[in-house]
Amino acid sequence: MTTQTAPEGILVTTTSASTQTPPAARPPVTERSADGGSGSGTGSYEPPTPPRPRRLPSPIRPSAFGAEDVFLLVASAFSALCLVWIVFYQLTSLSGGLGFLVAWYFTFLALVWLGTTQLIERQVATDRVVGVVVVSAALLVIGLVLFIVVWVAYKALPSIHWVALFTKDQKNFQVADPNALSQVGILHAIVGTVEQVLIAVAIGVPFAVATAIYLNEVKGFGSRTVRTVVTAMSGTPSVVAGIFIYSMLILTGVLHYSGFAASLALVVILLPSVTRVVEEVLRVVPSGLREASQALGAPEWRTVWSVVLPTARSGVVTAVLLGIARIVGETAPLLFTAFGSQVMNLNAFSHDQASLPLVIWSDVRQAQPVLIDLAFQAAFVLMTLVLILFVLARIFSRPRGRKSGKRRGGNRPAEDDFMARIFVPIPIEESTDR
Amino acid sequence: MAIDLDTPRSEPQHVAPTPITITRDYSTPDRIFRRSVQISGGGVFLLLVAIGSFLAWYGWPAFETAGWGFFTHSGPVTPGSSSGFGVLASLTGTVEVAFVAMLVGAPIAICTALFLSEYAPLKTRPTMIAMIDLAAAIPSIIFGLWAFFELQPNVVGFSTWLSRHASFIPFFKVTSPPLNASIFIAGLVVGIMIVPIVASICREVFSLAPAGEREAALALGASRWQMIRTVVMPFARGGMIGAVMLGLGRALEETIAVSIILGGSYKVTTEILQHGGSTISQLIATNFGSGGELGLHDLLLCGFVLFLLTLVINLAASAIVNRSRSGAGVDL
Repeated sequence: MTTQTAPEGILVTTTSASTQTPPAARPPVTERSADGGSGSGTGSYEPPTPPRPRRLPSPIRPSAFGAEDVFLLVASAFSALCLVWIVFYQLTSLSGGLGFLVAWYFTFLALVWLGTTQLIERQVATDRVVGVVVVSAALLVIGLVLFIVVWVAYKALPSIHWVALFTKDQKNFQVADPNALSQVGILHAIVGTVEQVLIAVAIGVPFAVATAIYLNEVKGFGSRTVRTVVTAMSGTPSVVAGIFIYSMLILTGVLHYSGFAASLALVVILLPSVTRVVEEVLRVVPSGLREASQALGAPEWRTVWSVVLPTARSGVVTAVLLGIARIVGETAPLLFTAFGSQVMNLNAFSHDQASLPLVIWSDVRQAQPVLIDLAFQAAFVLMTLVLILFVLARIFSRPRGRKSGKRRGGNRPAEDDFMARIFVPIPIEESTDR
Repeated sequence: MAIDLDTPRSEPQHVAPTPITITRDYSTPDRIFRRSVQISGGGVFLLLVAIGSFLAWYGWPAFETAGWGFFTHSGPVTPGSSSGFGVLASLTGTVEVAFVAMLVGAPIAICTALFLSEYAPLKTRPTMIAMIDLAAAIPSIIFGLWAFFELQPNVVGFSTWLSRHASFIPFFKVTSPPLNASIFIAGLVVGIMIVPIVASICREVFSLAPAGEREAALALGASRWQMIRTVVMPFARGGMIGAVMLGLGRALEETIAVSIILGGSYKVTTEILQHGGSTISQLIATNFGSGGELGLHDLLLCGFVLFLLTLVINLAASAIVNRSRSGAGVDL
């Protein structure tokens, strides 16, 4: 299709629609209208054949997306590819796949816009181009996420030595050993991570749930301030959490570098995020339940303990799981608190301890291929851990059973909304019903 | 006060009825419950105060030594002596990394949010939202690994291209090439990392745009983009600004991914494409315990500066987001 005939293409649809109306149907229409104008009363009156419904020309819908439009997209993509290839490699002799891709993408957009302007209309073209941009941005992000997950596995798996990985630490590492990967593992890091995270959860979650209860159930003096503080804290840089614990406890001699100090630093990160999500979950507990409980004479603590928290259980579990997923990969706070170690240290309360992120961080900066491989394997284990936590959190966030799902459905916000929130520093204010 | 029924009501006495005050008498367990919950709430408050005050307390000696030179010098204030340390290079580096990150991340994030709230087919939407949430859950060290081993080799060519053909823009000038380990690459990876944060807030505020107005726009013949431009965007403008600011707060604090990329230097540079540059968090993470010219107090003071910076930005951003969520100040 050339651009010359293109505007007529639109006209063709309108004219063809009107020509499809049979000529025979026309006279009665005009006659009747003439009739109506002059007033009836004269003799030979033919009963008018009922006018056939005229087919309206199909309107231009930007959302209507046919084979032609797909062809336009493909053609633009291809011609952009050719154009950019010529300019990129022949005229300017550039290099780099990324630059090529960027140039290709923008040329592609321009061609789509030009093509659609010629074939259809300018506003449709703008709409189409925005659609292409939006879809490609989202696909880029989603593709990137998938790519990173797969990439970590791809880098880790070929050289992985499963038994050594989960049974050894890095004590026996020798540069010269050709079979070094069977001598080193990350057991010390896994133990360290598990201990630190568990201690952090044991301290942080009750603290966080209590704060959320304070913000949503008790609501006393200063709860507004505390809510603002929680907001502010959820944006606290993780490195600041680390040096805070360092300056408060290690510098003053209360603690030494230890897994416990690391846990405390993790609590600083865990606390605001879990508080915010739990508060949100508590808010959607129907107030009727609370009132019923209190009307039956239950004291406040009993209401919270036996009514509010059980109702919100799945949400609280989700919050905790996502909180764990967040702190399990934190590296910066551990640099100043756990400090990292090459050997196994089972006791989280004394001496330096390793952790998965720390092992990645220290190994990847060595110029040893074996250690870099090990870092990738640690990254793979860490990524798997995060994925498992994430999937578990999603399973728990879903209302279980059809019945309860139906019953709760109306009161709950979209379950997905608080999935991201734990990673996102956004405050939870009084819900404003519009 | 009991109401006296025996008094003859011959004349209307204009006595206002005494309001009954209902006092709630908390039982002891309830009092304990309330008190402990309040204590934990206060604990959060104290924690924030403690973070600020400990960092300020231990950072103060560094400020005493360096004076305002802390903010106006890079590296040692007077070379060769222990007269303090200046953070200017890291401060500008932080701003540059965050700037690049916002330039890359914010448009992608807003487009992603638009896709999730307006374009994505309803059936696959939850899955796609989950993917974006997963992006937020990927640890930053893994982003760092990916950026170092996968992104950087690919970007160097692009950097070369920019430096050759766009060097009329002062930022893209290159005087001492290797083009790896640059602020630009660090900014790129941070930009990718902030996408899920900005996108999830934007998606939320987009989805709050009223359905009636959307349908009105469509009924008047607007295309989808015109509907977004005239209804969704004005409604969500505040939320978008707030979301981008929250992303900025995150970009300023990002530590590990940036530390893997950047080598660190004590030189203020605007040539973001070439080797070098540092950020505050990178400075803290890589110089901690190295016993170099940076004292411990210098690092803690840096931490305090970073803490204040992110605190201000985050509070402002959440205020804006909240305002937008409540729909105030929106004229459609």
